[in-house]
Amino acid sequence: MIEIKNLDFGYKKQPVFNNISLNFEQGNIYGLLGENGVGKTTLLKLISGLQKPTAGECLVDEVAPFNRWPETLQKIYFISEDFAIPEGTPINNIKGLAPFYPNCNIAQFKELCEEMEVNPERKFGEMSFGQQKKCLIATALALNTDYLLLDEPTNGLDIPSKTLFRQVIAKHANENRTIIISTHQVKDVENLIDPIIILNHDEVLLKATFREIAEKLYFDYGTDALPDALYSEMIPGGYVSVIRNPERFDSKISIEVLFNTVMKNKETIKQLFG
Amino acid sequence: MEFNAHKPIYLQICDQLYGQILSGELKADDRLLSVRELGIELGVNPNTIMRSYETMTAANIIYNKRGIGYFVSENAKNLVLNEMKNEFINAELPQVIKKMRLLEITPEEFLQYAKA
Repeated sequence: MIEIKNLDFGYKKQPVFNNISLNFEQGNIYGLLGENGVGKTTLLKLISGLQKPTAGECLVDEVAPFNRWPETLQKIYFISEDFAIPEGTPINNIKGLAPFYPNCNIAQFKELCEEMEVNPERKFGEMSFGQQKKCLIATALALNTDYLLLDEPTNGLDIPSKTLFRQVIAKHANENRTIIISTHQVKDVENLIDPIIILNHDEVLLKATFREIAEKLYFDYGTDALPDALYSEMIPGGYVSVIRNPERFDSKISIEVLFNTVMKNKETIKQLFG
Repeated sequence: MEFNAHKPIYLQICDQLYGQILSGELKADDRLLSVRELGIELGVNPNTIMRSYETMTAANIIYNKRGIGYFVSENAKNLVLNEMKNEFINAELPQVIKKMRLLEITPEEFLQYAKA
């Protein structure tokens, strides 16, 4: 489990988090959403031990990752959005990482490369950005860490690769693994992520499963916008409106519309889900 | 599978399996893909598939053999037929009727098309 308790963090003169608390439980594929600059990447860096909280705690299985104990770091793998391109080939790269990750499985890595349609013997330098990224995703999954942090993983992937990405994540998710996907490309991961976390400056606006969201909010798709909607948005053919759902009707959640609803109704949402 | 309809995904997944039960592609006592297998195929969170299976189990359309998997129930086809009929009458038909009124299609005219 990842526990973030009353955490403060900032870069030099720029505060990012002020007293936020948030837990990540085992076995979920979390979607971490938020506007630009709210600290999604910073949060992943704190969890992976790349940054140290100014105050409060960030614990991974009850240990602060910033202690950088091998026993903790071997459980965490983070693919940043602006990853450094490794030297040489993907196969040599993972062989170099293997000693640090006890559950690393090279045979599985080769299978993953095949599934993702990349050649693990080819030099990173000769690959396109999308191919490099697919190799890193294959690497990350084959290291079999308990915690997998992915920052904008679908950026740069072509359309078939995005489908493959969803399939390999669904395949390699399990009860012992916690996957956190930070993204703006919600359509790429729409049916994959659950629960959803929406971060704002200084606070967690929403942390809820799809089921919890659908119990509290109703997404109406109709020719007109509903007058009492928390938020409504024009879509081809009409409007989608989000209203409170006291009678617990079932509806289809659109993550983009949810996001806009949350940003326009911060206090209401916090009360509704608090 | 395209998820386009304005219906929760877990129910769309039920519908897909209902379609296969009605067409005879899935028969009584056939084993369904595991939650995991279907999740991989669709690229969908396993929790969502689990919810679809729970919904169909609660409706007695499928049953769970512990540790083995989910299977199609004996009278699944009838149950699905009833369930989908009700849904059609309560949810889809009113839309059709609304549109017929808008387009000034009389029931008599409609019948002609329905018989064709």
